[in-house]
Order: sequence, then C-alpha cells, then structure tokens
Amino acid sequence: MDFERDWVEVPPMSREDARDSTRFPAEVMSAVPGGDALRRCFNCGICGGSCPSGPDMDHTPSRLFAMIQAGLRDEVLRSNTPWFCVACYYCTVRCPQSVPITDLMYALKRLSIQHGLCEQVDGPDFSRSFMATVERHGRSFELGLATRYYFTRRPLRLLRLAPTGLEMLIKGRLGLKPESIRDIKGLRAILRRARALSGAS
Amino acid sequence: MTYAFFPGCSLAHTASAYADSIRLVAERLGLDLREIDDWNCCGATAYFASDLLAAHALVARNLALVDGDLDQVVSPCSLCYVNLRRTQQLLDAGETLGNQVQDALAAGGLGYRPGRLSVRHLLDVVVNDTGLDRIVSEVVRPLYGLRVAPYYGCLTVRPGTGFDDPEQPASLDQLLQSLGAEVVDFSLKADCCGGHMSVVSAEVAYSLLRRLLQNATEQGADLIVTACPMCQLNLDAYQHRVNRHFGTDFRMPVIFFTQAIGLALGLSAEALGIGKEIVPASPVLEERWSGEAPAPERAGRARHRRRGTRLPTPGAEGVSDG
Amino acid sequence: MAEKIGVYVCHCGSNIADAVDVESVAEFAATLPGVIVSRHDRFMCAQPGQELIETDLREQGLTRVVVAACTPQLHELTFRRACSRAGLNPYLLEMANIREQCSWVTLDRTAATEKAKALVAGAVRRVTYQQPLEPHHVPIHPRTLVVGGGIAGIQAALELADAGYPVTLVEREPSIGGHMAQLDKTFPTLDCSACILTPKMMAVGQHPNIQLLSYSEVESVSGYVGNFVVKIRSKARYVVAEKCTGCEICQQKCPVWVEDRVFGAGLGFRKAIYSPFAQAVPRTPVIDRENCVYFQRGKCKACEIFCPTGAIAWEQEDEFLDIEVGNIILATGYRLFDPRRIPQYGYGRLENVFTSLEFERLCSAAGPTGGRIVLRDGMTQPQRVAIVHCVGSRDRNYNAYCSDVCCMYSLKFAHLVHERLPEAEVYNFYIDIRSSRKGYEEFYHRLLDEGTHFIRGKVARISDVAETPEEEGCLIVEAEDTLIGRQRRVPVDMVVLSCGLEPQADAREMARRFGISCGQNGFFIERHPKLDPIATTTDGVFIAGACQGPQDIQSAVAQGAAAAARVAGLISRGEVELEPVLATVDEAACNGCAECLSVCPYSAIELLEDRDKAHVIAALCKGCGVCVAACLPKAISFSHYSDAQLVAQVKGLLNV
Repeated sequence: MDFERDWVEVPPMSREDARDSTRFPAEVMSAVPGGDALRRCFNCGICGGSCPSGPDMDHTPSRLFAMIQAGLRDEVLRSNTPWFCVACYYCTVRCPQSVPITDLMYALKRLSIQHGLCEQVDGPDFSRSFMATVERHGRSFELGLATRYYFTRRPLRLLRLAPTGLEMLIKGRLGLKPESIRDIKGLRAILRRARALSGAS
Repeated sequence: MTYAFFPGCSLAHTASAYADSIRLVAERLGLDLREIDDWNCCGATAYFASDLLAAHALVARNLALVDGDLDQVVSPCSLCYVNLRRTQQLLDAGETLGNQVQDALAAGGLGYRPGRLSVRHLLDVVVNDTGLDRIVSEVVRPLYGLRVAPYYGCLTVRPGTGFDDPEQPASLDQLLQSLGAEVVDFSLKADCCGGHMSVVSAEVAYSLLRRLLQNATEQGADLIVTACPMCQLNLDAYQHRVNRHFGTDFRMPVIFFTQAIGLALGLSAEALGIGKEIVPASPVLEERWSGEAPAPERAGRARHRRRGTRLPTPGAEGVSDG
Repeated sequence: MAEKIGVYVCHCGSNIADAVDVESVAEFAATLPGVIVSRHDRFMCAQPGQELIETDLREQGLTRVVVAACTPQLHELTFRRACSRAGLNPYLLEMANIREQCSWVTLDRTAATEKAKALVAGAVRRVTYQQPLEPHHVPIHPRTLVVGGGIAGIQAALELADAGYPVTLVEREPSIGGHMAQLDKTFPTLDCSACILTPKMMAVGQHPNIQLLSYSEVESVSGYVGNFVVKIRSKARYVVAEKCTGCEICQQKCPVWVEDRVFGAGLGFRKAIYSPFAQAVPRTPVIDRENCVYFQRGKCKACEIFCPTGAIAWEQEDEFLDIEVGNIILATGYRLFDPRRIPQYGYGRLENVFTSLEFERLCSAAGPTGGRIVLRDGMTQPQRVAIVHCVGSRDRNYNAYCSDVCCMYSLKFAHLVHERLPEAEVYNFYIDIRSSRKGYEEFYHRLLDEGTHFIRGKVARISDVAETPEEEGCLIVEAEDTLIGRQRRVPVDMVVLSCGLEPQADAREMARRFGISCGQNGFFIERHPKLDPIATTTDGVFIAGACQGPQDIQSAVAQGAAAAARVAGLISRGEVELEPVLATVDEAACNGCAECLSVCPYSAIELLEDRDKAHVIAALCKGCGVCVAACLPKAISFSHYSDAQLVAQVKGLLNV
C-alpha cells in the first residue's frame, strides 16, 4: 500500500442514503480515504491469510469484503471481525490491490456503532472509556482507565487483574494521579468542532 | 539537530524505563530531543473506532504545537508514531478530510502548515541519523554473551514506506549486533503482540504473545529487545497470565532497545530502568552478559568445494530492486 | 496559373451528416477561390466516392483535391491512392477532418456547420500552396540481425535462413537455447523440452545462412531501416573454437566448482571452464575468469594440460565486429521475478523454498539430482509439496500484470511431483486457474484427477514457526482458503514459488540502444497490441517472444515466425518506401548552432563536420517538425508543412 500514490478521497454519504442497504458498499467505501479501492478486490484472501486474529473472527476479512460487495449490511455490521482487528497492517501492506484494509476495519467499527448493529461490548466500551479519560485530562491514564473500564463493565476482572496492577504499582509503572494538559479547553474545542463537522456531513 | 519529541502517554509510568533510558542515551549520543509543549494523547486506536475526523484532529493538535524552528518529530512509541505520521500525511495531502482537520484545529486556535514536518520513529533516528558508527564508538562494554531477540512489533514497520522493511526489518538487528550481542533468528520479529487486545479480548492476545515468547525461547534468546511500550507491556506484564493460561513456563525478560544501548555504553543499569520490568532482566544479565568477545568466526564456506550431495542454497542478500 | 480545386464533402452516413449540414458546406465550398467542383456524397471512402474524385480529375483537369471527411489517419492513404490512379501527385490532396474534430465533438448543428465550413476553407487555401512530392526509396540489406538465441530468436532465424536470407544471430550466453533449455517438460503435452528444442538448435548451428555469434553482445547500433550498422562484441572464451572438439576433458579436469547461477538457476554446479549444458550449441566451452585459478592466482592450467588439441588460449581478447543488416529482430526474452522481494515467502532465508526455475533444474534429468525431487540436502524426498501461484504477479506491490504461464507451469509441477513421488501430497495455492488454450483446461482436469489439492487463497506467508507438534520441522503455508472462508495452516516439506516473468534487467538500456521504447512494465512496446504485436514504431526493428510480454513457448514461436515473415517481405521487395514529409536544411541560412540536433527525438540530424552545417538524414526523419520550430535563423524547411501552407490554412480558418 503506497499512501502517497493511492490516496483518493470519495465524498461521504448522506444519512438518507446510508439507510438504504443496497448503498452499503458505497457507504463503506466513502467512509475512508482511498476506500473505493475496495472495488478492485478480487478476493484473493491474502488479508484473511495474514490476519493474526483470523481464527477468532466470525468472518475472515476477505469474506467480509465479499459480503460488503453483496450488500449484506446487517450481517457485516453485526460481525465481530472489525473488533478483533489488532491493526497490525499485515493485510494492508500485502494486499495486491492496495485496498486500505485496516482503515476499512476502523470504518466498519464506526459504522456498526452508528447503525446500532454492533454486538460487541468490550471493544466499544474500552474505546469509550479511553476517550472519556483523554477528554478529561488530555492524556490517557492507565489506572483511571482500568478502574473506570473495569468498574463499569467487569468488576470481577478488576480483582483478577489486581496482582498485575499491584506489581506495576510497586515497580512505579502505574501512575496514581492523572496528569493533565494545560490547554484542555483548547483540545475540547478542537474535538467539538471535529465532531460537528463529521456530524454535519 | 534538534528533534521535536513526542513521548506518548505510556512513557510517564508504564514505560518509565523507556523514558529513563532515552534520556540518558540521548544525552550520551548527543541526540537533542525537545519535548513538545503541552502535547496530548495520540488517541491510540480508540478514537478511530468512533470518529475519523476527531481522531485525526486529536493527533493534529500535537503537530500544530511543534515549535516553529523544528521540522522533525520523533516518537518512541510505535502507535503514536503511526498516528502522527498518518495524520501528517493526511494534512499534507490537503484534501477534504485534511482540510476539515485544519478547520477543527482552528477552533482551538491552532493551525498546521502542510509539508512542515516529517515524523520519525526513535529507532529510525538512532540507527540512521545518529548512526551505528557513532554508537559503536561510544560502546565501553559490548553485549558479548547475550543472545537477544529483536522485536519490532507491527507498527514500527507497517504500514509501509517507512524506514525499514515491513516484513523482515533489519535495523534493530543491526543495532544489537553492532552492540556486540548475538542476534537470534527471530522469525516473528514483526508480528503483532496484540496491542490493546490484551485488555479487550485476552484470549486472542495471549495466543499471540505465547507464539512470540515461544519463538524467542526456541531460538535460544536470553531476552527480547523491543521498540514499543505497548509491546513491552504486553510481553512483560502479561507473561505470567500467558504462562497460567497455557501452562507454559516462559521467563523471558523484555527490555527496550535504548536500555540495551545504555548498558553497552556503560551506563548504570538501575538508572536505565533495569529492574522495572516484571520478568526480571538482572539475573539474565548477570548470568549471560560476559563481556568477553566470542571466538572469531570460521572463514566463510569455501566456494570451490562441493559438500556431499548438498544443493546450493541461496542467501537472502542481493535483492534486486523494483 | 490558377489551381483547379475539387472539394468533396462526405456525409459518412449519419456520422457527419447528423451534426453538420453537409450540403450547405458543399455549397459554401463552391464559392471559395479556385474551387471549380464541389460535391457531397454519402461515403467518400467507398468505391463510388472515389470514382467521383477520379472522374473529376480526368474530365475537369483538377490540379488539387480537398476531401472533407474523417481523420486523415484513417483514409488519407485511400484518397491519395485515388489521386495517384487518376494521375495526380498524391501530395496535392488535403483532408479536412470534419468528423473527429467537428461532428463528433460539437452538439450544436449550426456551430458544427460553421466549423466545418471554416475547416474546409482552411484546407482549400492550404492546398493551393502544396507541392508535388515523391516518396523516398531506401534499399534493404538482405541480412537480418536477430538478438537473442532463445526459442523466439531461433525460430525467427531459422525461418529467414530457410527462406534463403542471411541471418546473424547474437546470443550473450555461451550457448543458444534460452530459458527453454532449462526446462524439463513443457505443458500441456509434457514433451521433454530439450528433445524438442535441440533439433532446432542444431539446425541453427549448422545452417549455412546463419552466422551464429554466441557469447556476444550488441554494443551499438546506427543507421536506419534497410541500412543498419551494428557493432558486436564477441567475448573472449579463452578457447579456440576451431580447435575444440567438445570432448569435455577440460571440464572434467578443472578443479574449481562454481555455483551455476545462470543455466542452473543457482541450483547446480559447473566448473570454471564450462559449457552450460550437454547439448549446447556451439559446444565450445568458456572460461569464467573470475573463478579460474589461473586467471586469479596464476596456477593450475589443468584444462590446457589435458586438452588434446591445444585449444586453450589464455591471451584471447574480446573481438569487435561491424555488421551491416537491413532489419533487426529483438528476441531477448524474460527474467524470472526475484522472490527475495517478497520476504514473507522466505526464499533465501528458509532452505527448502525454491523458485520455479530452480525446481525445473531439480526435475531435469540432466540437472544436479538427475531428476530426483529432493530437498536442499540433496537426499530427502519431500512428502508434501506446496506450489504457490502468482508470486510477484497480479500484485500492485510488484507487477500488476498476470504472467500468463505460471498457472500452467504450476500444474505441470504438480504433475511432476505426482509422477515421481506417488505418495506425496501436492497443494496448489491459487487465486484463479488460467488455462485457456488448446489442451490447457484438460490438463487442469488431469491434475484434479491426480489428486492435487487446490486451495484458493493467495499465500500470506511461509513460516518456520510451528504452533503444534505436527508442524515441527516443517514449512507452514499460511493462507485463507477463501472457498470455505477459513484460515489454514498447511505444513509441508518443500515450497515451490511460481514466480512471474519480468523484462530483462537491461531492457530499458536495450530499447534505447535500438531506438525503440519500453512500456510501463518494462517490456518492449509493439506497434499495435492487437494488430501488429511484432513490429515497433521504429521501422526495421521488430520484437518477438517474451521480451514483448509474458507468453508461453507457442506464442514465442509464433511471434518469431511472424517477425521473420515481415522481414522476409521487406527483403523480397528490396526497398522500402519512406514518407516524403521531411525536414530539409538550407545550408546557406544555417549558422551551425546545432540546436536542431539537440531537439531531434529521432537523432535524425547530423552536423557535417567539414562545413559546420546541419544535415537531415532523410531515412531517419519522421517529419515531426520540432527542428523547424527550434531553428532560430529559420534555416529548416518542412516539405508538406511549409510556413506558406500553414499560414494559408490559418487564414482560411479565420476567414481573413
């Protein structure tokens, strides 16, 4: 994948169009710069072959792309595939048609949440917890993250993780206090504007 | 020259050993790193799951904050590196999404001039800018006796057109070799450690970690040397869990490449953060790091002699370029 | 004397007439100065249309003809011939393109008609200034140079030689035969490659009309169609061919083993003095200086000592020959894609990963193992073999094109494994099976019958890291079986990479040397991909075989024969006609600045040393006009595109 060479933007889709699932392939492709490369996919399977979490996905990446092309929106957006993507980019660098696969996986995460079809819990929750921490402090903060995430979702997990956490604390690798940036207001303004812009389109 | 330094959130605590060793090694090697003032989290992978524009805007703030007299940003964390680099490319491309990011930056009173910056990984800067020759000239106690597995992880070298081969990179191997260590043939050196999956879905992560630890162990490595705080955290802090899950008995210390450099440069192990790792490195260092040069290698195989029935085997050298 | 101009406006069915009011254009044309005949017709290019022109020429005594119709690219020749037949010099015709440049690109009928009228007016004014011209004739030297002694070059050389024409065949390796000589069997018939090739090689070696220059390369080319001068370097073999009997004692006695990187594809050994293979033509061996003990250290000389005829000649030097030829056929072949560019396939790092050419040598009865399929240790027979399709092909990261032959040779390999190791399992990892010609699809079905496991998935990686006890010590092929939608790890003992075909490493350099071009992928460009695959845009230079694009032996043979036929046609005509659209230098006006030389894309201008004046080599000039524009003192004139003609045309267009 050569980003300099293959970077092409496609205008994003309107919400009305997005509701119609026959437009689903176009919706996916417009969600990512260079996404219309998906049309070139001839399902060689190198992405599925390269994926470290492939065995744990209900559909391999390659099969998922075929499903997208077939317009199977609901099945695709319910799938656990994008949530198991570790973003290692093996697929992206090996794809013979320079499809930006990892970026498409992120897009599918976004779309599955937007369309309310996401069946995953851990992944989205972790992301949300992370984002909340960043928007509070401007930095991520493991202890806060861990406690917030695990308290809200997996309290028992927190207990199980306790030994590791304790060890990390002893080694000085777990901060007890969140660090904050000075211009947190400025950061929030930036993010607000960004969300407004993407919400508008 | 001075680089704008983006430490990333993990350097403060989780990877404080990395921070310690970077500071000391940079000073010794004359690497001038100036921390970006008031930098914010790069968003890791979380934001990309929610809003592409917000994700890039979050990163872009850091690029906009770089002092005007600097043109290179260096990051020691591979995830931060990829996020920074891709956002920089997006802004430089100057198309719709990039322009929207600029719009968002303006809401915070910031802006970024396209083409201003290039983003580098710390490993790249150390190996290619400082250079192996300079580093070797400062080595006082070569890492003779230590067998190391160089672990790049995925984001140090992918997505491509970075500073090293995305499949079989060599920069860290060369660095460690020049420090005197014996570098084992670690086939999975650019395979993913699982990243954030260790928190989200442990089973997936554990099997990835197990493969890595197994491969390194089988190849006879004494320790794994890595270039990313996430990789170090996963391989180190979760090693017990992997052992418990699979009934294995890995005892593989994982340290940062800057710690390895620091040790060879004769700096104090403790000052370099050795001891902060969960799977202790000190015992291995004591036992294996002899500091004695290995016996000279036997002369290269005689070309002119056929050896039994063996067919010639190609080497990996001499790749023809495209 | 005023000219008598005939104007003919074509309807071209509805192509022009739908957008342009052709009748009114014809009426308009009749009002133009000099026009004594103005007609319109449905299809000017058809017989009746042409007869209109011819009849008017004879009966009305026309001195100029204007045809307003399609592009001159299509029918200028047609109308020029019509003029010739009626006795008018063909260069006194001018076409106005009112189709591609008017009716096909203008929506508004009124505007289109006005434009057509302007174009016709321009043509009418221009044609008044046109002069009769005679085409240039250049004799064709009967000898042909064939560059490359692979199957395409061999075929071309034999066809021409059998037709009675002299041929010089230049081959850079010590023997002809090319890649085909390396192969064991050929698909789909499974003929032994050497068995079908060597008779042709022998025929070349013995043919009275073929001058075979092996171990030679073309240094430089000058001249033009029909009259090329080629400088050839014949490299020193250090063996006197006339004395050598081919007894091979020197090769037996030589103490130095060298990895055979060329013919052996790196899989076998040869000596420092060697002939590439047993059936080499010519049989004369060659000494490899870099590995020869005598050349490197001044010792040994075993070959000289044992040679019964004293054929070793240490002082031999490269020889240079200048040869005159009329035509050149390039048949320089392909280079195999280097799979080191795909590190995840492990070639060079993992021992038992082989390239396709290595595997061919392994299978060959004359190869390093006598045809036994074994691992690198030279002994162990593999139980499971994986064949990986599309290595370096169909992949934008390397070569986007399909290399045409790999599916078929992958099937062939599968068959050879089944044949020689009946207990072995064979896995072919493919994306599509391309088996389109006679017998090819049937061959694929044969392989299905033989129990080959076909897994549809482009291989992600070849790994040496076992994840289960069964995988210990194996090479593991990681791929997705896309037909079942699951990742698979297939442990095997040997992996064969079906590498694609690329142009030779020096293809661009060669193209430059011979005055032709390479396409984006580096292969030589043909004149027309469908209708003229063996000619180039440079007259007198032809291409044949894999240097034109990836292809199998059948196509290479066909192309070699086609190129030979084309050349034979030229030779039998004895001369070639060149367009008289040429630049000419007026020496009186020329100031010797040589600006024209530097801008000429065809190197068709020379500076006459004795006078310091530019001179256009008529046969090389393609009539592009760049020199005319570049010449500051306006010393270069351009027949058929003079300033007077062009200015008149513009005035006509603008109606001034």
